[in-house]
Amino acid sequence: MKELRRKILITGNEAIAEGALDAGCRFYAGYPITPQNELPAYMSRRMPQVGGIFIQAESELAAINMVFGASAAGALAMTSSSSPGISLKQEGISYIAGARLPAVIVNIMRGGPGLGNIWPAQSDYFQATKSGGHGDYHCLVLAPSTVQEAYELAKLAFYLAEKYRNPAMLLADGMLGQMMEPLVKTSNKEYKLKFKKDWALTGCKGRAPNIVKSFYMREGDLERFNLTLQKHYQLIQAKEERYEGLFLKDAQIILVAYGTMARISKVALHTLRKKGIKAGLIRPITLWPFPKKAFVAKPSSKARYLVVEMSYGQMLEDVLLTVRDKEQVEFLGRAGGGVPSEEEIIKKVKKIL
Amino acid sequence: MNKIYSRPKALKDVSTHYCPGCGHGIAHRLIAEVVDELGIREQVIAVAPVGCAVIAYDYWAFDCSEAAHGRALAVATAIKRVRPETIVFTYQGDGDLAAIGTNETIHAANRGENLTVIFINNAVYGMTGGQMAPTTLLGQKTATTPLGRDAQLQGYPLKISELLAQLPGVKYVQRTSLQSAQDILKTKQAIKEAFKNQMNNAGFSLVEILSPCPTYWGLSPLKSLEWIKDVLSKEFPLGRIK
Repeated sequence: MKELRRKILITGNEAIAEGALDAGCRFYAGYPITPQNELPAYMSRRMPQVGGIFIQAESELAAINMVFGASAAGALAMTSSSSPGISLKQEGISYIAGARLPAVIVNIMRGGPGLGNIWPAQSDYFQATKSGGHGDYHCLVLAPSTVQEAYELAKLAFYLAEKYRNPAMLLADGMLGQMMEPLVKTSNKEYKLKFKKDWALTGCKGRAPNIVKSFYMREGDLERFNLTLQKHYQLIQAKEERYEGLFLKDAQIILVAYGTMARISKVALHTLRKKGIKAGLIRPITLWPFPKKAFVAKPSSKARYLVVEMSYGQMLEDVLLTVRDKEQVEFLGRAGGGVPSEEEIIKKVKKIL
Repeated sequence: MNKIYSRPKALKDVSTHYCPGCGHGIAHRLIAEVVDELGIREQVIAVAPVGCAVIAYDYWAFDCSEAAHGRALAVATAIKRVRPETIVFTYQGDGDLAAIGTNETIHAANRGENLTVIFINNAVYGMTGGQMAPTTLLGQKTATTPLGRDAQLQGYPLKISELLAQLPGVKYVQRTSLQSAQDILKTKQAIKEAFKNQMNNAGFSLVEILSPCPTYWGLSPLKSLEWIKDVLSKEFPLGRIK
């Protein structure tokens, strides 16, 4: 127990890797791209120590399809990348969703579009939450805001992926990936993975052959499969919304931000409170399902929401779909490496009130 | 009377969707016979391609995975690494293996993955309507080379087996055909060799099979077999490449 309490100074990228290993991940395939390179490097060192498999793939496409194969064979499998690399993986993610395979994909976001730059950004929100590949599917999307939480959510991502046989994505930005903070490893009790995998490919000894596929050619089959997926997504939406709410009871202005942007918003919130401005915070932890329940208990009809993003109004759309009153929702965003500062948030709040 | 010929256990008792005179049915059966003879049906995991053989898993009676177009060897790499006790093979056409999947093919081979690859070369894309494949011959007319493949515009037929044979990680490369009963028997022997190599942990093995596509060659099934003998196998010589 004492060993567990020990603090480790570690980057967000490495904390995700460590969380994955503690969740039982034993297969990792990836391809180099900044700002997530610490993650595969860490996996290349740690995987052999735990009897797992590390492969540096020849491309992002190969990496995600290796994850498909590893998961089809019953392993807990993960890949990681950053924005342009995640775009390349979208086809594979769609196949993973279509084949009902559990897998974890990590996106340490950088600036875009195109090659963009390697500065932190949150511009892949749409891609992550609205099914970035082809077809009607969703990834579960989790957004950590600290190194400790990156570790915890990596474990949760595996748990949810296995529970729902669905791809789960960890969505963080280059700042969180690269920064170092103390990490306290926690026990795995709550995420004991005991899901039966009678669908996995193991060789058909003593049973009928298993087929892992997403192909439904006969008339009506694919529509029926899509309806099954939709039911499954409704269940996830009903059960898995997660968020952190601060000072929501009396708030006149509620900041809505996730990941790194939520950390900065928290600092702004405390400064505003000291100045006598009743600010609150909704920090979505699951971006899909989007935590609609956080917006149900709004304190007064006069309260306003300020959505703060390192992107140009992506999560804003989900807030607007939830609140359904344009007049109550304001926006502050920068992207391409620009990060809204505490001062900018405070200035915007004062302008609104 | 003794029964001397019957359906392999590894082949389901269903009819296939292939065109008359197509080689896929023969190749499927040869694999099933080899799997039965080696006694590995309950150990085998196949990876089906995207192409005419996309639903090969509906015909084989062992575990199978689909793979996105071209990614069969990435999927197979992971399955074999996760379950080294299984016998993993991919079944891929020329477009899947040598065009969209060239990268996965070369790198799985270069890593020396202990896998078996059955590569069906019929010099054309079948499933999508007879377009030019990387292995289409010069002068061959297809849906996308209506005047015949022109080296100036479309380059040359890609000899991927010869390319792969250069790599140190590759153990065995053999090109065979389905042109005659004798060639079919040789194909079966090559498939068996490629599976045995994997069972002996020898490394990457590939059998390229020249296979008829009467529909998109615009020839009768019989003429298609003659075309393999007289034309296709002149560009892609049969025999052991490595």
